[in-house]
Amino acid sequence: MAHGPSQNFFSRWLFSTNHKDIGTLYLWFSFAMFLLGGFFAMVIRAELFQPGMQLIKPEFFVQMTTMHGLVMVFGAIMPAFVGLANWMIPMMIGAPDMALPRMNNLSFWILPFAFTMLTATLFMEGGGPNFGWTFYAPLSTTYAPDTVNYFIFGVHMMGASSIMGSINIIATVMNMRAPGMTYMKMPLFVWTWVITAFLLVAVMPVLAGAVTMMLMDINFGTSFFDAAGGGDPVLFQHVFWFFGHPEVYIIILPAFGVVSQIIPTFSRKPLFGYSSMVYATASIAFLSFIVWAHHMFTVGMPIAGELYFMYATMLIAVPTGVKVFNWITTMYKGALTFETPMLFSIAFVILFTFGGFTGMMLSIAAADTQYHDTYFVVAHFHYVMVAGAVFSGTAAVYYWLPKWCGRMYDETMGKVQFWIAFIAFNITFMPQHFLGLAGMPRRYSDYGLQFADWNMVSSIGAFLYGGAQLLFLYNVIRTIGWGKPIDDPQVWEGAVGLEWTVPTPAPFHTFSTPPVVK
Amino acid sequence: MMKRAKALFLGLLSPSSLLLAGSVSAESATRQLNMPRGVTEVSQAAYDIHMIMIWICTVIGVLVFGFMFYVMYAHRKSRGVTPANFHENLVVEVLWTIIPALILIVMAVPATTALLKVYDTGNPDIDIKVTGYQWKWQYEYIGEGVKFMSELRTSQDEIYGRAPKGEHYLREVTQPLVIPTNKKVRFLITGNDVIHSWWVPDFGVKRDAVPGLFTAAWAKTDQPGTYVGECTELCGLGHAFMPVVVEVKEEAEYEQWLAGKKEEAALYASTIGKQWTFDELMVKGEEVYGRSCAGCHQANGEGIAGVFPALKDSPIALGPAEGHIGILIEGVAGSSMQSFAEQLSEVEIAAVVHYERNAWGNDVGDIVQPIDVLNFKQSQ
Amino acid sequence: MSETSRHRGLLIKLLMGAVAMFAFAIFVLPPLYDLFCEFTGIGGKTGGAYTVSEVTIDTSRKVEVQFVATNNATMPWDFYPTEYKVFVHPGESREITFFARNKTSSDMVAQAIPNVLPNNAADYFLKTECFCFNNQPLGAGEQAELAVVFVIDPDLPVSVNTVTLSYTLFDITDRMPMQVSQIQ
Repeated sequence: MAHGPSQNFFSRWLFSTNHKDIGTLYLWFSFAMFLLGGFFAMVIRAELFQPGMQLIKPEFFVQMTTMHGLVMVFGAIMPAFVGLANWMIPMMIGAPDMALPRMNNLSFWILPFAFTMLTATLFMEGGGPNFGWTFYAPLSTTYAPDTVNYFIFGVHMMGASSIMGSINIIATVMNMRAPGMTYMKMPLFVWTWVITAFLLVAVMPVLAGAVTMMLMDINFGTSFFDAAGGGDPVLFQHVFWFFGHPEVYIIILPAFGVVSQIIPTFSRKPLFGYSSMVYATASIAFLSFIVWAHHMFTVGMPIAGELYFMYATMLIAVPTGVKVFNWITTMYKGALTFETPMLFSIAFVILFTFGGFTGMMLSIAAADTQYHDTYFVVAHFHYVMVAGAVFSGTAAVYYWLPKWCGRMYDETMGKVQFWIAFIAFNITFMPQHFLGLAGMPRRYSDYGLQFADWNMVSSIGAFLYGGAQLLFLYNVIRTIGWGKPIDDPQVWEGAVGLEWTVPTPAPFHTFSTPPVVK
Repeated sequence: MMKRAKALFLGLLSPSSLLLAGSVSAESATRQLNMPRGVTEVSQAAYDIHMIMIWICTVIGVLVFGFMFYVMYAHRKSRGVTPANFHENLVVEVLWTIIPALILIVMAVPATTALLKVYDTGNPDIDIKVTGYQWKWQYEYIGEGVKFMSELRTSQDEIYGRAPKGEHYLREVTQPLVIPTNKKVRFLITGNDVIHSWWVPDFGVKRDAVPGLFTAAWAKTDQPGTYVGECTELCGLGHAFMPVVVEVKEEAEYEQWLAGKKEEAALYASTIGKQWTFDELMVKGEEVYGRSCAGCHQANGEGIAGVFPALKDSPIALGPAEGHIGILIEGVAGSSMQSFAEQLSEVEIAAVVHYERNAWGNDVGDIVQPIDVLNFKQSQ
Repeated sequence: MSETSRHRGLLIKLLMGAVAMFAFAIFVLPPLYDLFCEFTGIGGKTGGAYTVSEVTIDTSRKVEVQFVATNNATMPWDFYPTEYKVFVHPGESREITFFARNKTSSDMVAQAIPNVLPNNAADYFLKTECFCFNNQPLGAGEQAELAVVFVIDPDLPVSVNTVTLSYTLFDITDRMPMQVSQIQ
């Protein structure tokens, strides 16, 4: 029997087993982490505004770059898409909730504890983790600050959260689809998340293995990564990137799914090439396992290995290209309107593809000799992760917020926020390509005078971009509190799917009786 | 004819006005947009494939985004269009899978030949061992008996804004690496403590410096000049402060320089007994402290609480000189304080110990001579 | 099958998969990596002791073998090869020595880690005796001449004329308290 949420604030939110509430928790948490990670980025860009050390010391700077990466990857972007999965997957497949609602609760609540602990290390003696989010040994083992054990524990916690969340998603999608919803009728957002969930179950434990080996080297005298004891620092890199490369596809695949929902809606035309989208996503996921060492092209790998990883990495362009062409062909001969979600999605297609081009350049091992560990790489991954994943997440919020809260956001403010974000993003990160090509390495707290101009431009863009995120927050809060009420289940003229058949706002329980899908 | 076509093609690849490539020294250009073409076969191969990729991606981008912008204009609902309903087309889908795959094969050929050049480290004329330290480089000319540290020369005052920044801010070192023109130089690269990475953009050389193993790279150029590079693997707080500076000299000049280095080493050994004055040692010590110690212990000697101990008012600096010297020679096990026995000469150690004992109000008043340091090392 | 038991079934299977990947990372990847390096010789890792069998000496070619020594961060010993290069015929057994001196006032134990360049030569660089097979204790002020006896496999690719053998010396005194106390 459908009923509302618990009236008690604490039992509603602390003990929730409802996919909508847990989705909301994930989304607010991820946004708070996004602001925290963004604050670290502001510290970095403020220090890099001019050459010389003006605001902070170098040893704090490397803590900032490390924490910025960790918080953004593990605290902001991944939980954001888990939040979207929680809210939308059950409704998209006609299920009443996730398969394992209590585990769902645990998966979320681990995160605030893990990140409080991680952030607290900044205030502990010795400082927080300072070895980059990629924490290579022996910098992260023999030469790590005392707080490294908290870092390891934090990674284990959020890894456990991800694994449990993924198992939940797989079980939900495999077991709880409404009658008639075959796999090849599922919305693409569900497909991309199922594939992502399998990737997560496969590689998150490998990260756990890497940090456990680190823990043992640091505390129990083993020598996994220590040459003196017969180990090898390069082994760390192989294990880390065996996780690390699939990880970046874990980040982007759900973003692909979101865009694949939004573009057809605002083109008023079905997604072009549904089956090839599914196969392309699966190919990308498969390929992501066998290309990891392109992150290690300068470590002294034998040429045969380097050639193999170069060719395999280049191959990923094919299924990715297929997806880009499919999105554009969906728009072709549609009837397009350009509401805020569509603007972010179109920007995604353009800017993610641009990031894909720099990715192609990076895959060429001989040229990578000049790009590796420079700002060219930083520019590349911010194009695909910010203009890619973050823009997609923002699009998703504007797209689904009316369904979640029954109020429409202000379209003009949405467009304003989009344009500021879009312009500021490019001002921040386009010059970083030039910096990298001109010779500025990454994770540098200071730089030679010839890098000053582009650094200043980039910092200005960064502050503007930060402002755009505050505007986004304002837009969301204003919508939830004072937005124009809307009760049309469909919300958007071109929207198609089970989630657009439930009332707006979506009731606490939906599809307690499964719908029949034709 | 093929050669001319290739030259023309490569010429077309060369930059238009804004893409300032081909600069011999990467030191010069501010607001630089593109990577330097460099002075070796390897750097030029890297540059050429880089430009090929840029052009291919630009063409694809213009076609794809151009089409997209057209669609956004022509198929707007506000133009009164009715949306179509098609969502599949086998021919088109097969074509846009196969054509990109073919383009990849086209890219793979020059990409492979370029990589073969990077790995061609055989039959060198000169071998140089490059060791990455926190936070400086050591260069050793194998078989010549010449070995020295190359450390950032920019002062802490410049870094912290207490003095105006010089033209070569963060791109100047105490002793650059010197190599001759027209000789194949192989670099054998390793790390002393954590992983560093040795990069000279104008040579197209970047190889990680991993403790416990060696990696190899090579360079051969006919263009004398000064070429600046960087450390490109996060190695701790000094990561941005350990540049690479290479001077390429004509052969005769190089031989002269090498001979001079050997003489220097011999001269140093024979004058180790020289007695320095209090003030000479303070001046030298302050210079050494600035580049080797201040990064952690800070210019004012106060360190960072809980991380790097203060030297000002420290019992070790105020205590017996032998204990103080011992810390620098042996390091402190289990901490970030390394042994500086290999990184600093006896003169430098004596000077910096002397400075630490007498600066910031420590005022111990004694003098530590280089011979004292040598005696300490030999009495071990 | 009820929905709950289907969920449980998947949960258990996927959890087991996660545990298996964790075990894979810790227990399979490191030895797999070592085996791969040893088998292909890539990464410059040389194998263990080589037992001499009949090897014909190939007098038609000479290989230059260079020796490089380096100390790791906390290792203050004097450590260098007594000759920095030799020429050998593939198949010819040769001994060279490295000089090591413990300059400190305490007993120490060292471990030498070898590395061969180019990477594809590592498989063909066969050591019948090497001070790197064992750790090296040296008392305070003590010195030693440490031997390596090696032979180059005649199957060494023709393109390789120079082989560089390097040793990095590590301080493992802290891991070897028993050995240190045995130094007298």
